[in-house]
Amino acid sequence: MQHIVIIGATSAMAEHCARLWVQDAPVRLTLVGRDEARTHRVADDLRVRSPQSHVQVMTTDFVNASAIQQTVHTIAALAPVDVVLIAHGVLSDQTTCENDVLACDAALQVNGVSPVLFAQAFAKPMVAANHGTIAIIGSVAGDRGRKTNYVYGAAKGLVSRYAQGMQHRLAHTGVKVVLIKPGPTDTPMTSDLKAKGQKMASVEQVAQDIVKGIATGKPVVYTPGIWQIIMLVVMHLPRFVFNKLNI
Amino acid sequence: MKPVSAWGRLSQDLHEVQMLTDRTSVAPILAAHQPGLAFGNGRSYGDVCLNPNGHLWHTTGLNKFIAFDETSGRLVCEAGVLLRDIQRLCVSRGWMLPVTPGTQLITVGGAIANDVHGKNHHAVGSFGDHVLGLSLVRTNGEALSLDWVNTPAWMNATAGGLGLTGVIVTAELQLRRVSSPWLRTETLPYQGLSEFFDLADASEHDWEHTVSWIDCLAGKTARGIFMRANPLSAQQVATMPSLRAALTAQNRKMQRKPLTMPFVPPVSLVNGLSLRPFNLAYYQLQKLKSGFDVAHYEPFFYPLDNLQHWNRMYGPRGFYQYQSVVPREVGHDAVQAMLDAIAHSGEGSFLAVLKTFGNREAKGMLSFPQPGVTLALDFPNRGERTRQLFERLDAIVRSAHGRLYMAKDARMPRDLFEAGYPRLSEFATYRDPGISSAMSRRLMEF
Repeated sequence: MQHIVIIGATSAMAEHCARLWVQDAPVRLTLVGRDEARTHRVADDLRVRSPQSHVQVMTTDFVNASAIQQTVHTIAALAPVDVVLIAHGVLSDQTTCENDVLACDAALQVNGVSPVLFAQAFAKPMVAANHGTIAIIGSVAGDRGRKTNYVYGAAKGLVSRYAQGMQHRLAHTGVKVVLIKPGPTDTPMTSDLKAKGQKMASVEQVAQDIVKGIATGKPVVYTPGIWQIIMLVVMHLPRFVFNKLNI
Repeated sequence: MKPVSAWGRLSQDLHEVQMLTDRTSVAPILAAHQPGLAFGNGRSYGDVCLNPNGHLWHTTGLNKFIAFDETSGRLVCEAGVLLRDIQRLCVSRGWMLPVTPGTQLITVGGAIANDVHGKNHHAVGSFGDHVLGLSLVRTNGEALSLDWVNTPAWMNATAGGLGLTGVIVTAELQLRRVSSPWLRTETLPYQGLSEFFDLADASEHDWEHTVSWIDCLAGKTARGIFMRANPLSAQQVATMPSLRAALTAQNRKMQRKPLTMPFVPPVSLVNGLSLRPFNLAYYQLQKLKSGFDVAHYEPFFYPLDNLQHWNRMYGPRGFYQYQSVVPREVGHDAVQAMLDAIAHSGEGSFLAVLKTFGNREAKGMLSFPQPGVTLALDFPNRGERTRQLFERLDAIVRSAHGRLYMAKDARMPRDLFEAGYPRLSEFATYRDPGISSAMSRRLMEF
């Protein structure tokens, strides 16, 4: 059985990826969450979907480097890791972050530093085994800073640059690094945007793209695919045009 | 605020939308956002799922399974789980939902709240008959755990209760054993209502699923197609080796994205010009399929699920569905009178479904099924003309002592509602004062 580890297992994207994995074949799943009861509810659902799978729950402090190190150490000792999906995040409110340095710090920690530390901690045993895939969920928001969400964007930009460097380092090894950049997706995290009527991709569709991207080891996965083109345009807009846009 | 439509697309009123995603934190969301109404997958046609300018609590985020016992067939899940997900999960393990309507893209909560029925009503009753228990959260923060033994009255109010007694958060369902996803079907063309009733009576004991399509434009000798089916037994499946390849093909089809009606045409594609050829072609095509066949349950039960957004076909003004049930004694004459009224009006319907219900009362106080015959018709919304036709149909239903189906309705008058649902005053005592819908305001006190 494949050993798949999900960090931030209560996130809707991660949960739907897990549903696709267990639907495909029985797997060994280690679900890591912040909230123990919620993570157990995700685990129960997956056990109903796939009684043959082995689903285990762990909790940890996501913004504490030594807790992260300890958690990853424990997981790696359970069984060799085939896939780790690092999926946690909080869509921080830009205005709050602008006015409150503590909120800004929290947003940068949980969306940027924490995923990088998890990837860093998993890389060690996986490189030693010369096997496995590290998948990190970034965001299209990390491609170019915009006034409406640049704190979140900066954290995701950190994730992007880190993944890029890891891909360079591990290019000729058996370890693959997959950076996933979803566009706005219909999940609880974005429910405020949805309530305002913004069109969003379905989480099922995004999860399919993620699972496929991980299976093929694609270095960068934009999902839905159209965002690759949209961001290509956004990134190359000259500043005098860009600054006129209210995005 | 966000525009929300029901399946009939008759309105696009603004709603304040809250997503329910965690079954343990429903109560505080309801408390902070009321009066509101639970909204599942939006497949009910009229205004039963709408609360214009008020709160809508979306339940599709409550989509987790909780437990499944493969030996007893008891499934516990959250109320936003789609029937499709239950079917796809359980069929390969030898279990299936006992009752499903003509689409599987509805939530468990919606199926309970509308006490939906299927083609096998005469054999197994309606959805509520197979709900063992449920948890209901009220807007005052109370969480009720309901079942038929300890709280039968609450169950009677909530099954078919249109979401007005509280928000259904989880449910325990009794599935039924099946040995394969296959059905043995028989298709029989018929002429005239007498022939339909003869077929329905002859099929009642030996066929689990019966339904018929009727060409409502054909006048006195209404022609139609009668379809009946039984699950294939394991022995029958074993004698048909070709089913193995067919199942692989069907599974591949189920993985693919269904076709989509990509846009709303400027006028209804179902109209006076298209209906006659539509109906003629459908009749002739189905007639070619006369006789016995084997069908997978998905295309047999849910033919329209393969065309996403098919409701857009009716154009920007949307459409009504008119579904009535009238007692069997007057069934023939009442249905004939309705078909005549439709033919006379020049309005027409493509999706006309005629089916007999079994001789059993549903458990819910506001459940639709009752002994008799039910006729369901779709009509493009052509404003006053369409509503005038409905008034003529209402008169027929009223004098036949029948009732209309709330999951489909957007316009029935209050007196017809009160006459059709005599347990209304009993139901009123179970209502949650923090829950209100466009329909409840139209037909009840609040």
